[in-house]
Amino acid sequence: MKIKLNIWKQANAKAKGKFERYELDGVDAEMSFLEMLDSLNEKLIKEGKEPVAFEHDCHEAICGCCSLYINGHPHGPGKETATCQVHMRSFKDGDTITVEPWRAKSFPVLKDLMVDRKAFDKLMAAGGFISIDAGQAPDANSVLVGKIDADKAFDAAACIGCGACVAACKNSSAMLFVAAKVSQLALLPQGKVEAKRRALNMVAKMDELGFGSCTNTGACEAECPKGIGIDFIAKLNREYLSASFSEAE
Amino acid sequence: MSKLDAKIPEGPLAEKWSKYKATQKLVSPNNRKKLDIIVVGTGIAGAPAAASLAEMGYNVKVFCFQDSPRRAHSVAAQGGINAARNNKNDGDSVYRLFYDTIKGGDYRAREANVYRVAEVSSNVIDQLTAQGVPFAREYGGTLANRTFGGVQVSRTNYAQGQTGQQVLLGGYSALKRQVALGKAKMYSRQQMLDVVIIDGKARGIITRNLVTGEIERHAAHCVVLATGGYGTIYYLSTLAVQSNASAAMQAFRKGAFFGNPSFIQIHPTCIPVLNEYQSKLTLMSESLRNDGRIWVPKAEGDKRKPKEIPDEERDYFLERRYPAFGNLVPRDVASRAAKERCDNGFGVGKTGLAVYLDFRDAVAKQGKKVIKNKYGNLFAMYEKITGDSPYETPMMIYPAGHYTMGGLWVDYNLQTTIPGLFAIGEANFSDHGANRLGANSLLQGAADGYFIAPYTVSNYLADEISNKVPSTDSPEFVEAENGVKDNLEKFLSINGTKTATSFHKRLGHIMWTYAGMQRNEEGLKKAQAEIADLKKEFWSDLKIPGKVDEINQELEKASRVADFIDLAALIVTDALNRKESCGAHYREESRTEGGEAMRIDKDYSFVAAWEYQGDDKEPKLHKEELKFENVEVKVRSYK
Repeated sequence: MKIKLNIWKQANAKAKGKFERYELDGVDAEMSFLEMLDSLNEKLIKEGKEPVAFEHDCHEAICGCCSLYINGHPHGPGKETATCQVHMRSFKDGDTITVEPWRAKSFPVLKDLMVDRKAFDKLMAAGGFISIDAGQAPDANSVLVGKIDADKAFDAAACIGCGACVAACKNSSAMLFVAAKVSQLALLPQGKVEAKRRALNMVAKMDELGFGSCTNTGACEAECPKGIGIDFIAKLNREYLSASFSEAE
Repeated sequence: MSKLDAKIPEGPLAEKWSKYKATQKLVSPNNRKKLDIIVVGTGIAGAPAAASLAEMGYNVKVFCFQDSPRRAHSVAAQGGINAARNNKNDGDSVYRLFYDTIKGGDYRAREANVYRVAEVSSNVIDQLTAQGVPFAREYGGTLANRTFGGVQVSRTNYAQGQTGQQVLLGGYSALKRQVALGKAKMYSRQQMLDVVIIDGKARGIITRNLVTGEIERHAAHCVVLATGGYGTIYYLSTLAVQSNASAAMQAFRKGAFFGNPSFIQIHPTCIPVLNEYQSKLTLMSESLRNDGRIWVPKAEGDKRKPKEIPDEERDYFLERRYPAFGNLVPRDVASRAAKERCDNGFGVGKTGLAVYLDFRDAVAKQGKKVIKNKYGNLFAMYEKITGDSPYETPMMIYPAGHYTMGGLWVDYNLQTTIPGLFAIGEANFSDHGANRLGANSLLQGAADGYFIAPYTVSNYLADEISNKVPSTDSPEFVEAENGVKDNLEKFLSINGTKTATSFHKRLGHIMWTYAGMQRNEEGLKKAQAEIADLKKEFWSDLKIPGKVDEINQELEKASRVADFIDLAALIVTDALNRKESCGAHYREESRTEGGEAMRIDKDYSFVAAWEYQGDDKEPKLHKEELKFENVEVKVRSYK
């Protein structure tokens, strides 16, 4: 296949970026999207041109490194799919594919398709944990967790921290990310002790970091590569509301 | 050649660790805040070690090359994490886990270290659970367990097929808590480029800030490497594409011995190579072999679709060769058997380098719903990559490089031969012998991080309380930084014609061909020559675009490939030296009449620890003799 690419190029965080057009011949339908970009880069380097910077690591949809819009969709075509799982068989000969980095105030572009997602780490540091030192833990079976709660907590915990939810949201809200962590820990008995503090602190930090508000459009759920549902946002709202009534500052 | 002292405490096996803890040197809480520790790597060993040491009151600086510590490749572990809890009332015990691990490692691991990991395994599960890791539960609320290969009890805890992710996020959240408390400081997007030794002790590291390109000096009282394995030496492997051996090689060049470098696990069930552009192979969990049957056509070159081949014309070669264990033989055995069929022309798929893993019978017997419950996420992943549904047509699989049992040599303290330099998790060599059992990697990494390194590092630091953190202006730091800078400049000044990736691919091909699943003297010698040629070509024809002082992914790749080339030579030297077959190291010259691996205990019951002697010089071999006082050393048989 022959593919035309329209890729965001930006030298560094301060530089002004623009779209650069490339053409790539001999694209195999079996190639993954990332391998297509690899072969573009190999070609560019050989031609003495600057390759395209982009992030990827595990190629198993679990590390969350990928941060690409493909034709306007975070992680490209396909439901519950991360960029590394997109294959060129999703495209046709002659297609033009537009590739951009996440666009969100809280995720500034570092270079080309690479963005800075430290804001997620800061959100986690604001409360995305249970305060337990090594060696203090009680026997894991002394705290019973019903299968349904454990499974539901897992569904929330499956978040890979890629930031597609923020990228998909017109307000660049991090509600789904925060909701997943708050819900996971609030669903488990061991996480309930700090549940209120956690919800309040993480939401406050989210505002402080410049993430926008949630207006329940569901765009985050639609683009989440792990299928994390907005019912967790409803849970976060409940947790937050009840915490703000009962937890004195 | 000298003998190595592993510093194993005296006394009965089951009492060694308790005795160590009871008699080790301590650092008082008041003094801990005066002591700085560098932890490199944030996977299932590094993040817990950093968090646990910070919880104790030490000042911890944590480094990772990814944008966030949560992306370390432990995140991709699928199946589970072992613990000797006897949850199923099926006779499990600390001793059994210890025994299975020693046997699974083909009697090439150190008894005392393995026993200690088994001993703390239950604490690991308690700790992770308390952190909010959502392990699978029974309806009654207790922990659920599954069974893995090579054992006869059910001791594997899991969180669907994403156990590694959940376990890693437990450590990551503990680390984030310490970052919030100001006890740990996180340095992400930093690649370690050298370890700094002052007066014979590890005192810091040199890093490159991957965003600005700046070279930074970081000093501490000790350095803990949790930098993972080097399976990407084959280029195509199940590892993340950025996983690398650079930190280990820097330590090696500074004098840390490298233990059993040639012990590399080849995982039997991976999605085969689909095209020449491929950069990564995807693992399909070992658990699939519980229900999937592995076969190839009986007729050579049979091109019919798998469904059209009747049962009597199929060769279920694992069931045929190993009737007792069938499809559940250990990883090394399954991998070699698949390779044997493909090498003889019976392989399937476009390339002939694949075998079928067929769920037809399991679906017919148990129904699609049950199979979907067990393996739904894996089947979906397979379909996304290949476009085929495993419910309809058999999976095609082939072995791929996976886990490295070899690594930096460490003593019982998890300390390398450089005082103050520790290696934990997959980065060290100590617990898996010549073959790792499924679900033991998460266990070992987490055990090292949460419950072993905090004690042994304290034991070391007790003698450091009156020493100040060295100045980063000291000559050793300046010299190390200059070396790093010279090296980076060298990469950029070559200005040749070939990309770093193209060299990595060729190196991977050499290693896979001659130092992969099967090795022999002739092939290994060929590999030696080809690696030397490749190295020359690399240093004269490499092409790196861009500059040092900016984001430069090609420069990052090149510096990793340079280390892989040197490590490849070391692996081949080790593989040549060990003229026996054991675990994953299969020397064709040492096999039984039936083609099974044959250990030679009288000559090779030792850990080979290699000492750097200079660039392109033959490393020096040191031996740690292995003593087995608590297990009977036997021949592994699965027939």
